[in-house]
Amino acid sequence: MPIDGTAGFGLTTELGANNRGVGWMSVLRLTGVSKNFGAIQALKNVSLTIEPGQVIGLMGDNGAGKSTLVKIIAGNFRPSHGQMQIGDHEVSFHGPLDARKNGIEIVYQDLALCDNLTAAVNVFLGRELTRQIGPLRIVDYAAMNRQAAALFKELKSETRPRDLVRSMSGGQRQAVAIARTRLSNARLVLMDEPTAAISVRQVAEVLNLIRMLQDQGVAVVLISHRMPDVFSVADRVVVLRRGSVVADKPISQTSPEEVTGLITGAIEHA
Amino acid sequence: MLDANQTSSTADLDAVMTRQTQTGLATFIGQQAFWVFLAAALAALTLGLVTDSFATPQNLFNVTRNFAFVAIVALGMTVVIISGGIDLSVGSVLCLSAMILAIQMNAGQSFWVASAMALAAALLVGLINGILIAVVGMPSFVVTLGMLSVARSLAMVLSDNKMIFQFGPDETLLFWVGGGSTFGLPHPVVALTLLALLTGFLLNWTRWGVHVFAIGANERAATMTGIRVPLTKISVFMFSSLMAGVAGVLMAGWLGGVTTNLGQSLELTVIAAAVIGGANLMGGAGTVFGAVVGAALIEIIRNSLILLGVSTFWQGAFVGTFIVLAVAFDRIRAYRNS
Repeated sequence: MPIDGTAGFGLTTELGANNRGVGWMSVLRLTGVSKNFGAIQALKNVSLTIEPGQVIGLMGDNGAGKSTLVKIIAGNFRPSHGQMQIGDHEVSFHGPLDARKNGIEIVYQDLALCDNLTAAVNVFLGRELTRQIGPLRIVDYAAMNRQAAALFKELKSETRPRDLVRSMSGGQRQAVAIARTRLSNARLVLMDEPTAAISVRQVAEVLNLIRMLQDQGVAVVLISHRMPDVFSVADRVVVLRRGSVVADKPISQTSPEEVTGLITGAIEHA
Repeated sequence: MLDANQTSSTADLDAVMTRQTQTGLATFIGQQAFWVFLAAALAALTLGLVTDSFATPQNLFNVTRNFAFVAIVALGMTVVIISGGIDLSVGSVLCLSAMILAIQMNAGQSFWVASAMALAAALLVGLINGILIAVVGMPSFVVTLGMLSVARSLAMVLSDNKMIFQFGPDETLLFWVGGGSTFGLPHPVVALTLLALLTGFLLNWTRWGVHVFAIGANERAATMTGIRVPLTKISVFMFSSLMAGVAGVLMAGWLGGVTTNLGQSLELTVIAAAVIGGANLMGGAGTVFGAVVGAALIEIIRNSLILLGVSTFWQGAFVGTFIVLAVAFDRIRAYRNS
């Protein structure tokens, strides 16, 4: 793969090796995590283990605690009780940057892209590659285009690094946002409703991107309301209801009917 | 569709990657600045043919010099507009720095020390603007509107509202810098050329430039990707003030006197130049070429009306129409593309 060995850029092969080195160790383990906002208990005693290369469908009705859980994992909130572990050491995040340093990235629903910049520049935004010409440090567009192209190829996405994001489809935009997480070598990617506002064809593209991440050994937490999406890519489904985990089981051992029942409360527990 | 994606071979993907929807030339021709450039060139050509007075060396010398001042300030304004802000204080900053230069030189200070003080004052104004906007979080329109008033008032206080036309021992140097020429090029035009190249380099080839465009398009995304948004915004307003300061020093040398109404309502002409040149007041778009061409077009309109014997009262109507036309064309193009 024609990738420059520039600092900060993780090669796929390296990443795979890392994950194998870690063996069966989890990417992230939550034990007994609770979160209170004053008198309101948003999360109650949530325990969750995320393995490398695993796609977890996180489901639940509005107000079930999905976004609170995601914000805790992403470092926006700190849990009121409970522990978070990466590998075998305990972590506590003081902000999103901390979570990032620990290999956790979020793909926001609006993707946080700049329409007026190219796909490659968006991928490298905030950590642009530069090269020295005499006393001047100039932005190295050629290297960014090359490396972004390699990332898009890795994701098997038809996204042109030199095109402006403005002219891109929903699927391509997702590819740009996901390529960003590949750049930082994230081991866990949280995706907040990635398929909520795009066409059917693009949904297939996004689900493919998730599979590609999984192939690279990246764990994905997919927050979604769309049952077919979760059932087509997730290995496991975790259902939250009123702040508690009411189900955490392999996708093969459940059905959309059961999950719907769990979300609404028609089925108490599974 | 799913399978088609997965099986698409590496060769296919490579072919896609190297392609680009728009080539550099197509992008350039698609830009508003290009059409404004055509309009300006056409206007100049027509005037050259219709009148005997336009294409004379003296008139061309005057036109280029006159527009250079507006264009220099428009460079800074364009950067501010790209970042999603506006700087209404440039006219007053120009006056304040020219006044500080004049007072210092009048008191016997050397040109170099006096102009350094003038530019430092301009940078300080930009710093204050920037902090109030980026750190305190006030709208740039309000902050720089306030500064428009404060800076001019300070110029009046410092000079006791008197005109200064004696510049001490370095007077000839000042007049040469602002009013002289080298190889037939008026010095303000030389300064504009150098500053335009500098601004173009900063915007297109530095991380700072990338960040300015990113902030203008999506400030939240810029923050989340780790760009130091407040610092970048402060530097943007300091850059704009510095350009106004440079124009102030040059103008003092050209006019040979400084009054407190120097640069009055200049901000409107400058914003007009930037907008005619394709800077988008919503942020995220604008070019150095556009700023220069926009300023040139305004000066050509002004000059042509004078040469054609049209009353100067009509200037505002023509310039105003052009602002609206240029943006209307851009809207129509964007509408057709979408």
